[in-house]
Amino acid sequence: MIIPKNILGTKGLSKEEIVTILDAAEAFKEISTREIKKVPTLRGRTIINLFFEPSTRTRTSFEIAGKRLSADVINISGSTSSTVKGENLIDMALNLEAMNPDLMIIRHSQSGVAEMISKFINCPIINAGDGHHEHPTQALLDLYTIREAKGDLHGLNITIVGDITHSRVVRSNIYAMKTMGINVKLVGPPTMIPLGIENMGVSVSYSLEDAVLNADVIMMLRLQTERQNEFLLSSLREYSNLFCLTTEILKRAKNDVLIFHPGPVNRGIEISLDVIKSDKSFILNQVTNGVAIRMALMYLLLGGNNDSFN
Amino acid sequence: MTVLIKNGIVIDPANNINIANDILIIKGIIKSIEPPGKLNTNNLDNPLIIDAKGCIVCPGLIDMHVHFREPGFEYKETIESGCQSAVAGGFTSVAVMPNTNPVNDNRSVTELILSLAKSKGGIKVHPIGAITEGLAGKRLSEMADLRDAGAIAFSDDGCPVMNNELMRRAFEYSKMFNLPLIQHSEMLDLTEGGCMNEGAVSTELGLKGMPTEAEDIMVYRDIALLEKTGGRLHVAHISSGNSVDLVRHAKAKGLPVTCEVAPHHFTLTDEAVRGYDTNTKMSPPLRSIKDIEKIKEGLKDGTIDIIATDHAPHDIIDKQVEYQNACFGIVGLETALPLTLKLVDEKILSMSDAIRKLTATPAQIFNLDAGNLSIGSEADVLIFNPDIKYSIDVSKFHSKSKNSPFDGWKVKGKVLHTLARGKVIYTDPDL
Repeated sequence: MIIPKNILGTKGLSKEEIVTILDAAEAFKEISTREIKKVPTLRGRTIINLFFEPSTRTRTSFEIAGKRLSADVINISGSTSSTVKGENLIDMALNLEAMNPDLMIIRHSQSGVAEMISKFINCPIINAGDGHHEHPTQALLDLYTIREAKGDLHGLNITIVGDITHSRVVRSNIYAMKTMGINVKLVGPPTMIPLGIENMGVSVSYSLEDAVLNADVIMMLRLQTERQNEFLLSSLREYSNLFCLTTEILKRAKNDVLIFHPGPVNRGIEISLDVIKSDKSFILNQVTNGVAIRMALMYLLLGGNNDSFN
Repeated sequence: MTVLIKNGIVIDPANNINIANDILIIKGIIKSIEPPGKLNTNNLDNPLIIDAKGCIVCPGLIDMHVHFREPGFEYKETIESGCQSAVAGGFTSVAVMPNTNPVNDNRSVTELILSLAKSKGGIKVHPIGAITEGLAGKRLSEMADLRDAGAIAFSDDGCPVMNNELMRRAFEYSKMFNLPLIQHSEMLDLTEGGCMNEGAVSTELGLKGMPTEAEDIMVYRDIALLEKTGGRLHVAHISSGNSVDLVRHAKAKGLPVTCEVAPHHFTLTDEAVRGYDTNTKMSPPLRSIKDIEKIKEGLKDGTIDIIATDHAPHDIIDKQVEYQNACFGIVGLETALPLTLKLVDEKILSMSDAIRKLTATPAQIFNLDAGNLSIGSEADVLIFNPDIKYSIDVSKFHSKSKNSPFDGWKVKGKVLHTLARGKVIYTDPDL
């Protein structure tokens, strides 16, 4: 199985490709549990972490993944990049490519940027999140975490709750989950459910109470509190009353339901503290598995053959 | 200078001509049009003979909506390069929008445009004056002065007049001049931050949408105002199917409302935005297939009066950026004719009606002395072969800017010669 040259999104990834990535991650996960967390797999390879948007979790996860594989990882963040001086994005990418990196990881606040850069450079690219479009490694680590807990993915029901419109995590998860045979239900106020989302093969509900009933996984999204200014919600209090995942609401859900959140969490706004701390919460498992998924992708994109670890 | 155009099919909708004819042009004026071989060619003074066999000979095309960027943004286009682009596309009359820098909201800018057009253009360039000072939507511009200097209409184009009271007064004030107000209809509070049509595609791509209602509401507002005030409304680049219905309804009531459509709005849907090519970003944005169907209905039944390109040149530095940050607009002069001819192939328009929407009708709406081949008129003539197939190659555009989503498209219908005031000012380089 050869996976695509770039991972720009989960759209278009086949079931076989996703399984290949998840299987590879399983092999790499163990490395992070060792006392000496380093293998020489990517020694001498250079990975550029190009983050135009603030990020703790994702940037660190990619950096750790690269370093555990012995690659040289260079971090460039928005505030230190020369786009601050007005350099064109494409010029910057071409300049970085001229230094012969083996892989570029790109995060940007605007949709389409990773895809656009990929048309100008030959270096492989992993999209680490572009605007409201895609965040493929997040979806893959979510699938990995579900598979780890549930075994088979096919036929599971997931409910994703919150600001669907502005979430790249949702879009990547919809593509990947539909491919793997998971039923996706989206929940949020209608102001945060974008026009035509049903075309992506999902169902929509405005009631959290109803939508938790059959869910095997409930994924809560971060509420960007500044959305109040765009008339998308009335008050945080009311949002919380309607869409906060509490122990009370969880009583309606299946006993073995998994609680996910891509982070960072607004405690008490979209999810209550006791739910975060409950044994149903897999939020930190997601983070742990993120490193394994990113190690797997780096390995596969840089020419690794999955047969060697099967 | 004497020019004899022989063996072509002459289509001159203004004079209801659509038959094989020869045309004789002497000293820039159309002298006579006669069936093939019937012209008296004795005693002609060393005539230039153009064999138009297999071609259509029609009035030079008129584009009522272009941006030539001068003064102010000469790195994108100048009046000279814009006119070169125009003639390469078969156009001999253009109307230039006022969003230059400085804005064409006063007599001196209008005069500058006309003087540059005279010295460097070679075709008819008609300035459109601003409705409000600086396109700021605060105070009416000096419309009388603009009219006297040569403005043929008023528009705030990309900065639509949001203030209802101001728009009402603009209709009233403009009645003194009997010149149309051209509105780029977009309720800006519904499109803030938007960069493509709102719909399933914008949802998938994670780009902020610009709903059709933004257009519909302003089209309806202007019609509602005009019904009381009088004045004339011309709706620029209609893109929403519902807006076509609104204009049809207004016309049925007998209101003085006209509208135009740009070729990209009947050719492409928002599906073209997939892949984030910034040459698919324009305002109004590419819409849905349902909108295109209504636009085609409107073209067919005459609700949509004219075709205009909204030729909007942008340099690569304004386009080769993040989709959301890219400038709105595409160049259109050099692709308008073949894209319009697709409508003829699809039997949406007859050849004569297609040409009418690019000649006689815009001339009539904007009261221009152009768009016909009447005996005694200035010889602005287009000769094109409707059957030649070729690939659009943006690198060969005469415009300074190459921002077109149609690069590489296989099209049919090629401009072979463009004559302005009896002079051949463009000949297809492949001839």
